[in-house]
Amino acid sequence: MKLVVTVMLKNGVLDPQGKAIGHALTGLGFEGVGEVRVGKRIELELNAADDATALAQGEEMARKLLANTVIESFKVELA
Amino acid sequence: MRAAIVVFPGINRERDMAIALTLATGHAPRMVWHKDTTLDGIDLVVLPGGFSHGDYLRCGAMAAQSPIMPAIRAHAARGGLVMGVCNGFQILTEAGMLPGALLRNSGLRFLSQDCHLRVENAATDFTRHYQKGQVIRAPMAHGDGNYFADDETLDRLEGEGLVAFRYATTSGEITQAANLNGSQRSIAGILSPNLRVLGLMPHPEDLVDTLMGGTDGLPLFQALAAA
Amino acid sequence: MIEINQALAASFGLSAEEYANVLRIMGRTPTLTELGVFSVMWSEHCSYKSSRVWLKTLPTKAPWVIHGPGENAGVVDIGDGLAAVFKMESHNHPSFIEPYQGAATGVGGILRDVFTMGARPIANLNALRFGDPSLPRTKRIVDGVVRGIGGYGNCVGVPTVGGEVNFHPAYNGNPLVNAMTVGIARKDRIFLSAAAGIGNPVVYVGSKTGRDGIHGATMASTEFDASSEDKRPTVHVGDPFTEKLLIEACLELMATDAIVAIQDMGAAGLTSSSVEMAGKGGVGIELNLDHVPQRETHMTAYEMMLSESQERMLMVIRPDREAMARAIFDKWDLDFAIIGHITDTGRIVVTHNGVVEADIPLAPLADDAPLYNRPTTETPKRPPLGPVADPVGILAALQKLIGCPDLCSRAWITNQYDSTVGGQTVRRPGAADAAVVRLEGTNRALALTTDVTPRYVFADPEMGGRQAVAEAWRNLTAVGARPLAITDNMNFGNPQKPEIMGQFAAAIRGMSDACRVLDFPVVSGNVSLYNETEGRAILPTPAIGGLGVLDDAAKSMGIGLQPGLGLVLVGTLVGHLGQSLWLREITGREDGPPPPVDLAAERAVGDFIRAQIKAGAITACHDIADGGLLVAVAEMALAGACGAHLDRAPKGIDPHAFWFGEDQGCYVVAVLEPDAFFLEALVMDLPAIRIGQTGGGDLKLDGVGTISVETLRAEHDRFFPAWMETP
Repeated sequence: MKLVVTVMLKNGVLDPQGKAIGHALTGLGFEGVGEVRVGKRIELELNAADDATALAQGEEMARKLLANTVIESFKVELA
Repeated sequence: MRAAIVVFPGINRERDMAIALTLATGHAPRMVWHKDTTLDGIDLVVLPGGFSHGDYLRCGAMAAQSPIMPAIRAHAARGGLVMGVCNGFQILTEAGMLPGALLRNSGLRFLSQDCHLRVENAATDFTRHYQKGQVIRAPMAHGDGNYFADDETLDRLEGEGLVAFRYATTSGEITQAANLNGSQRSIAGILSPNLRVLGLMPHPEDLVDTLMGGTDGLPLFQALAAA
Repeated sequence: MIEINQALAASFGLSAEEYANVLRIMGRTPTLTELGVFSVMWSEHCSYKSSRVWLKTLPTKAPWVIHGPGENAGVVDIGDGLAAVFKMESHNHPSFIEPYQGAATGVGGILRDVFTMGARPIANLNALRFGDPSLPRTKRIVDGVVRGIGGYGNCVGVPTVGGEVNFHPAYNGNPLVNAMTVGIARKDRIFLSAAAGIGNPVVYVGSKTGRDGIHGATMASTEFDASSEDKRPTVHVGDPFTEKLLIEACLELMATDAIVAIQDMGAAGLTSSSVEMAGKGGVGIELNLDHVPQRETHMTAYEMMLSESQERMLMVIRPDREAMARAIFDKWDLDFAIIGHITDTGRIVVTHNGVVEADIPLAPLADDAPLYNRPTTETPKRPPLGPVADPVGILAALQKLIGCPDLCSRAWITNQYDSTVGGQTVRRPGAADAAVVRLEGTNRALALTTDVTPRYVFADPEMGGRQAVAEAWRNLTAVGARPLAITDNMNFGNPQKPEIMGQFAAAIRGMSDACRVLDFPVVSGNVSLYNETEGRAILPTPAIGGLGVLDDAAKSMGIGLQPGLGLVLVGTLVGHLGQSLWLREITGREDGPPPPVDLAAERAVGDFIRAQIKAGAITACHDIADGGLLVAVAEMALAGACGAHLDRAPKGIDPHAFWFGEDQGCYVVAVLEPDAFFLEALVMDLPAIRIGQTGGGDLKLDGVGTISVETLRAEHDRFFPAWMETP
């Protein structure tokens, strides 16, 4: 099965990349652009007994390596 | 002083660090491969700069999971000296050995230029040969050196004297302009509560020779050699 | 199955005559893979078919040259048993398509050319040309190229210590990205590419093979249908992390006796590396593509032979060292696969899934490669410029020039390149006329520079070619180094146009003259042709990478002024304004002949300057180049944060011509004892005049006015941040 892990900077952590993209979009004439946040999407193939096991493993991977919980939050889903 | 430099795949300032350590201690440090698991007989462990694992995922994230890390933690727990410079600092924060994180520079560009650091705590084995408040010059070379921690952590670091260096002007003022990468409270280097683990972004090891533009970094290594 | 015929060959870039030769050599219709091999080996890039007749005329020998052109990079003896290995190479087209990856993979490719010879890379440089800065596209390309060079070079840990950046509308649709790498090896431990040893294993190491950059021509062929979107050739993507591991693994293996021959897989990947290694060794080679590490599924023999996936090397090793070699690559987590062996057949035989996909005799593939002596027409000589009045005054012109895109501070760019990693950078970008990098563990240092003035070459290709070499020699001299050799990167338009081929031939003539008189041979190089957009060619740009040596790194000279010194101009300055930046920036004209280069005078003045630096008589030295004498002095003032009081321009020469003329073979030096210095010059019968005195915080020009160094700095520093950091 396939897991999708989405990693985003936590609210309150400055995201200069998102800020720059927001500026650029406004500069290109897109109106009404509010806050822009940039994150990562990690897709991974996994052999697991069932969905629950896969999700639990994904959570552990995210906590241990895929996200830095000091600055990032994450969400693990089945694709 | 028996020093070891940990070689993670992709780091690239291990030679610079070895030159500085050799100059100060009189003998070459031991190079330790990241897959090794012991640090027997070592007084100082250095995690050098570079791009461990290509800085893919997050700077230092994968190196922080290396087989050598438990030995480094045990060394620190025994009160051993540990210094992480640039990527080494990022690895130490990713490993949870120092608080906070290093984010992308606020200007979103790699910064390679000399910066000035104000010594905030001169009562450590790393900084003993400087004066508190002294301004030293050091090259910086990083894309992700923007120090971040929550306010509580920052207050604690400041309250306990665990800020080692701040970005400053040549005359020692802390200004926004001198804080090139946008670090919280201009923090360039921090210490562990027992003052035995140091992480810093700039490269004192690249300023230990007048021929390369100065020796402002040398006292740090001389202090370590005497520790 | 697609039909192999002349039309397909034409779509692969082979002419009718070339395809007829293929048929003759093969004695049958070639397979698709064979046609692919011929087309890339006979491409301009691999065969130098249009340029070879001229390249052969370049001087390539000197007692200190160990390997000249023909190897992966040039090798020169730098003393103490050490050799410098260096080359410059272009990545122009990819950098236009995808600036970040184009520039990044350009750096990766040239690094491999150097470490494949057993050298540890110690410095990177570059030569960049971009279009009109007022175009949004130019900004996007500059941003991507600078990030790409930094992204790759910083990660592999090789300092980027120098380079040049210019702008001209002729590069609007065709930027130039030329990257240079310099490495150091023991001179008795140089690795070459000629394969040897019948039966020896052929080893593939590095990254896996994907469909990167495969031959655009096949896109149009019927082989791919709409359902095979994923098969489309993609932009090359660089992986500097893998490159760093590859450097360390290769150098570790090179410390043993395992390697017989080694070559990186650059353009045309597996094809050119295997063909060249076997061809040079006069042996045959058999490859079984089943064993090639692959990143994608269902790759064909054609795709694997032509893939340009990055960070790969091909080696021939001693069979009894296989286990040891494999262990080293395992340690660095890199692929290591035996994909064939050396034979005595003189043929390259490629099998895949049990089918022979190619079987080509190597000798005719190399010997019968096309060679064209294309027609040339001479560029007409420009008439003399005639008198030009000064419309703005000296200080206004200085202020404008010091802030213009071609002369303003490059700090915004160089601050994105790690220039200190390695801990050996003695002179960083902007601090001297050439970068200076010490050789670890010795007192010795290398001086490195890249130079060419394309507007001169365009106006007079022969004089411009001569000037490019002379300026590189001059910049090395100005830091006190002994110039040793050059690498050249010839960027030109379509060689099938006689006027372009004429530019090429004349530039080579000029370069040859300069190389000969200055004892400064060409040891490596690269040719990039067809740099045109919609029929309009770039300015002819023979970029020169120069290398010199300093026996004592502590004696290297910078440009920064200190107070209390005499300022002296050495060389003959008549105030040549033709093709000068003053003429372009102040009067809007690109006109007249470029400044002439008197090679004998160049040599005499340069040898004198070098001797005076060595003797300790000089404390700062800067050559006169773009912008002329006053810009040179201003740059020295900026670098040292120290002003100067300058005398009036001599009688008999217009002040603006004196201050802004771009006369060649001239240096400005700061000396402690001017009288003693003049005496030395007099003894050598060389022209030297006092032009002023250093000190204070202003540039004061007698009879003209005063401008503060900080005002100049504000002008100098403004352009790049203002241009690049505003949306």
